[in-house]
Amino acid sequence: MDELGVVRFELGLKPAQRDPRAESVVRSAERHLGLRVARARTRDVYRLLGDLNGAEAERVLGELIDPVLQTGALGRLDDGPFDVAVTVAFKPGVTDPVGKSALVAVSDMLGRKLPKQAAVFTSTLYLLDGVGPAEAEHIALELLANPVIQTITVQTRAELLRDPPDLTVPRVHGQGHRPVETIPLPDDDARLAALSQERVLALTVAELRAIRDYFADVTADRARAGLGPDPTDAELECLAQTWSEHCKHKLFNAIIRYEEDGRPPETISSVFRTFIRGATHAVDRALGQRDGSFLVSVFHDNAGVVRFDDTHHLVYKVETHNSPSALDPYGGAMTGIVGVNRDPFGTGLGAELRSNVWGYCFAEPAYDGEVPRGLMHPRRIREGVHRGVIDGGNQSGVPYGRGWELFDTRFLGKPLVFCGTVGLLPVTVAGQPGHEKAARPGDHIVMVGGRIGADGIHGATFSSAALDESAPVQAVQIGDPITQKCMFDFLLEARDLGLYSAITDNGAGGLSSSVGEMAEKPGGARLDLALAPLKYEGLAPWEILVSEAQERMTLAVPPEHLDALMALAARRDVEATCLGEFTSSGNFHVQYGAETVALIGMKFLHEGNPPLVLDAKHAPVVWDEPKGLPAADLSATLAALLARPNLASGESMARHYDHEVKGLTVIKPYVGARADVPAEATVFLARHGTRRGYVLSEGVNPFYSDIDAFAMAQAAVDLAIRRQLAAGAPLERIALLDNFCWPDPVASEHNPDGAHKLAQLVRACRGLYEACVGFEAPLVSGKDSMKNDSTLGGRRISVPATLLVSAIGQLPDVYDAITLDPKAPGELVYVLGTTLDECGGSEYFRHLGQQAGQSAPLGQPQPYVGNRVPRLALKASHSLYRGVALATAAGLVRSAAVPALGGLGAALARMAMAAELGLEVDLDRAGDLRALAADRALFSESLGRLVVTVAPRDQRGFESLMAGRPCVEIGRVTATGPLSIRHGGRSVVNAEVLELKAGWRGTLD
Amino acid sequence: MGLALETSQKLAEFSALPAEEQAARRGAVRVLVPTGLGLNCEDETQYAFETVGASVTRMHLLDLLERPAQLMDFRILAFVGGFAFGDHLGAGFVFANKIRSRMYDTLVGFIENGGLALGVCNGFQTMTRLGLLPGLDGDYRTPRATLAPNDRPGYRDAWVRLGFDERSPCLWTRGLESMSLPARHGEGKLLFADGVREVVEAGHLVAARYVGADLEPTESFPQNPNGSPGGAAGLCDPSGRLFGLMPHPDAFLYPFQHPDFARRRGTGQHVGADGLRLFDNGVTAAAALG
Repeated sequence: MDELGVVRFELGLKPAQRDPRAESVVRSAERHLGLRVARARTRDVYRLLGDLNGAEAERVLGELIDPVLQTGALGRLDDGPFDVAVTVAFKPGVTDPVGKSALVAVSDMLGRKLPKQAAVFTSTLYLLDGVGPAEAEHIALELLANPVIQTITVQTRAELLRDPPDLTVPRVHGQGHRPVETIPLPDDDARLAALSQERVLALTVAELRAIRDYFADVTADRARAGLGPDPTDAELECLAQTWSEHCKHKLFNAIIRYEEDGRPPETISSVFRTFIRGATHAVDRALGQRDGSFLVSVFHDNAGVVRFDDTHHLVYKVETHNSPSALDPYGGAMTGIVGVNRDPFGTGLGAELRSNVWGYCFAEPAYDGEVPRGLMHPRRIREGVHRGVIDGGNQSGVPYGRGWELFDTRFLGKPLVFCGTVGLLPVTVAGQPGHEKAARPGDHIVMVGGRIGADGIHGATFSSAALDESAPVQAVQIGDPITQKCMFDFLLEARDLGLYSAITDNGAGGLSSSVGEMAEKPGGARLDLALAPLKYEGLAPWEILVSEAQERMTLAVPPEHLDALMALAARRDVEATCLGEFTSSGNFHVQYGAETVALIGMKFLHEGNPPLVLDAKHAPVVWDEPKGLPAADLSATLAALLARPNLASGESMARHYDHEVKGLTVIKPYVGARADVPAEATVFLARHGTRRGYVLSEGVNPFYSDIDAFAMAQAAVDLAIRRQLAAGAPLERIALLDNFCWPDPVASEHNPDGAHKLAQLVRACRGLYEACVGFEAPLVSGKDSMKNDSTLGGRRISVPATLLVSAIGQLPDVYDAITLDPKAPGELVYVLGTTLDECGGSEYFRHLGQQAGQSAPLGQPQPYVGNRVPRLALKASHSLYRGVALATAAGLVRSAAVPALGGLGAALARMAMAAELGLEVDLDRAGDLRALAADRALFSESLGRLVVTVAPRDQRGFESLMAGRPCVEIGRVTATGPLSIRHGGRSVVNAEVLELKAGWRGTLD
Repeated sequence: MGLALETSQKLAEFSALPAEEQAARRGAVRVLVPTGLGLNCEDETQYAFETVGASVTRMHLLDLLERPAQLMDFRILAFVGGFAFGDHLGAGFVFANKIRSRMYDTLVGFIENGGLALGVCNGFQTMTRLGLLPGLDGDYRTPRATLAPNDRPGYRDAWVRLGFDERSPCLWTRGLESMSLPARHGEGKLLFADGVREVVEAGHLVAARYVGADLEPTESFPQNPNGSPGGAAGLCDPSGRLFGLMPHPDAFLYPFQHPDFARRRGTGQHVGADGLRLFDNGVTAAAALG
């Protein structure tokens, strides 16, 4: 390697060119840090480790420069005057996708291959005027870099120019091959617990005992393989990740002893089997007896699969990526989106990606309280998460369908980052059923895509633990969407040629997980880690086994197709490596060259973990109710609600996400006269030249779980389904996904109310079960993240119990899709469903609390919480929804909105703002609304309601269809009027629509 | 200005042919859509060209680079949208660099031989990097234009309105006045090397501009999403056969994709799939010019 040298290319903009990146540094420094930077410029620096001669370096420089915009130099550009230079570079081993592309470009320019060790390392140089080194460092830390993955160098001009240009590169200096250790498992429990903690295994003492007993039983087999009686590090790590909460869902499969006042104590054996799969089985049976079920493959693969049309199934999966996003918002969130892309791709024989969804729970971006040490300010987390998912999703060429944000101070400890992907799976792939896959003994294990590094080691076990100051740097992975995209392109070709018999993604747990899982069907695998392609030397075998380095899939390739597959990979410039074969030996047999480093029985690996036994006790809290009388004129209240972060427009941020790539988008995420109000649901074609579409919506409201998690779960299902109806989707064939993000529900000395949090889980699951069965909407996939707590600076902050329900429905003809905005003056406005005094957990109550100057200690819900949480009237709602579906199918509904946060008042406002038309509404026409106080009528968040508009000519048809259901005409759409709402015989809201809209846009946009 | 006389004549002759004859000649127009390496819009581009009657072949760029001469079997080369190599080192850079180093002569030969090319978004960026646009004085190798980062940093997806220059020689925008399309990019500000803008403007090569509600070119956000001077959104070469455009005609292939579709549907106002008209023009020209 001695012959390699480093060439430094520095590129900058010509003086006359604008530097938008630098301008945004100046703006952000002023806006967020109160620092005035007089002027900023940026430079891109590429340090190439290779064997270029001087002429080659000059040539590369010449071609790197954009002759219109840029200037550049080998070494250093003449930078003119500036005060401080800040260099931001990656730490050794951090994925550098730009560097990777640059290496391709240089090799193309020179028309020759570069040496194997060649690499390009990128960095950015910021030249700042008008600030000193201390201020520059502050700007760097707060705006330009994340020290978890990047290095920051701050130099004055004199310091920078004193030394020759920096020619060091952040290479990982490997330690050569590292031996396998054996780890004796001690006899006493305290030492077992210490071992688990020390090695970040996240295994319980009971689990370690089971492991100890297993190894004592198999000493003879092990001796034959050359292994001693104690487990190796690779074996322990493999078991730890296979049994991690992240992979095994131990809490969802635990035996729970449940207590709740007014009920006899009961024992629930697995809330997953009882309520989640239980609901799906019940719905499947009911549908099967009537028209036939549309479920194709649920719960056992990487994503759920449902029937769509004669040639294709829909595949859908939503994941969370909370812990990594807390540490490195950009990289963590990007990994979230490109990671969940691999789930549909790893389902059946591989689905093509169609739409992404995202949703985030953050603390308020304007939060001005204390941020505990080790956490980032929520504004920064928000920006980083958005940028990560924007870059990941856009570069992958997948449009987003749904995007939402919710804010609560308790997400300061851990943000929730939900990312999901819809895929399209052919019913038949190369003559085989597309949704089935099975590795066979003798099939080769082929790893495809990126290389393995230390990134992401312990991701699975780490995400199964609370966040604290010792969070490992390696737990962060950086996504590389282009490597993944090239891999996907290749895999689709291989799929259609029938070159593999099974596919799965390397996500949490890496090879250990993907190969371990795929080996279940054939009954074993033999894997040689020495063959695995590495980013750099020096990884121990166990690290290779459990690394979660991204952009990798594992295939089972029949021997007769191996040559063809490898040849295709080579033609596509995609790395594919054969690492062993599937067997029927009954063992997961891992080698490093000739040496066996792990030998674990398949049965023990997958079924050997002892079930958890946990106690749950429901301990509801009685919360304060707001005091005092409501305002007489509610115009200002409505305007204030619309401007609260939970309701405010987030369009500016959302526009950075592509929603139209693939050319299949029908109803876009923003609708209305100016396409600037969020759609209730979005609609996509599945393929070009067809008219059948799928409909995306979701429901989530963590605030209700402070009062009752049962109601919270039912509200989520109900909201997701109402939004489907609002887009015109029929009730049949709506499939749901559940994503639980919970505070740690295991009681301990650090977590005294763990039993209540577990009871919340039971109640949420029960509520979910009843709603799914009641609406006949099956759950087809889900995920849980059960440790969303942080203990930092000695303070514990837990997220509110949160269930996201994502829905995917089917619209026979996308021409019939309905949007939120009333279409023309004169349309009649109807409210459907019943409004009750249900302001508990409402945005209105939180607004009243804030107005009254109330606040809660960090970690508690913001007052007022109240107690009358919205409750789902399942039967009545289902009957109403059937009527709505008939009306939309008959083309009688011109627009539809779903009251949610902010109730009826906010729903009417969104309709008016979307259409930029007036509404003239009299709530007294509806008996239920007349009976309530005006503020409750407007802002109660009762479930089971929609607001629709109907053309006057359709009035009779619509009303006769809805007869016998709660459906009242309350007003009409006006051309230029305000949003005018009467109640109790007087005007309670009279607001100019464009003024409301300006306020609604003013908070986040 | 406008089309060369000979071109106009050939187009007129073509439109005078019987419909079946026209369809047959359109069907004989072969379109090559290179794919892979981070490109994303091959599906919709293929559908668009096929919908207007052409015959489309998709080919991984790495396969094309193995045997560049295959290009000569085609009449239209479509550079599609996407994020080739993640836009690293500048949008389109690494992708264009691959073509430049492996098949530049073939590509220029294809153009000199009368081939047509369309570049949308990332494809337009690739064409400017290659020097195909503006292609002044028959020089298709010297980069003289670039698509710089938007004035407001970051990618943005929103519909914009385009106005077309009726005096432009561009074959792809012939007969078009204005249409709405989604703009979806982070680098779309069209800038030129010194002295080039004047020549380009004089030749009416800026065939498409962002326009405001008054249909006049605009430099203000959001109607102009990137700050492009003069509202320049699309650029052709003097022959009119090569055209690059930032907004995506390939994302307006059905009437219901227009943001106003649901509103206009009830009022009886017509909404067409305008994006297809660009593809239709290109295929017509290829069929007419032979």
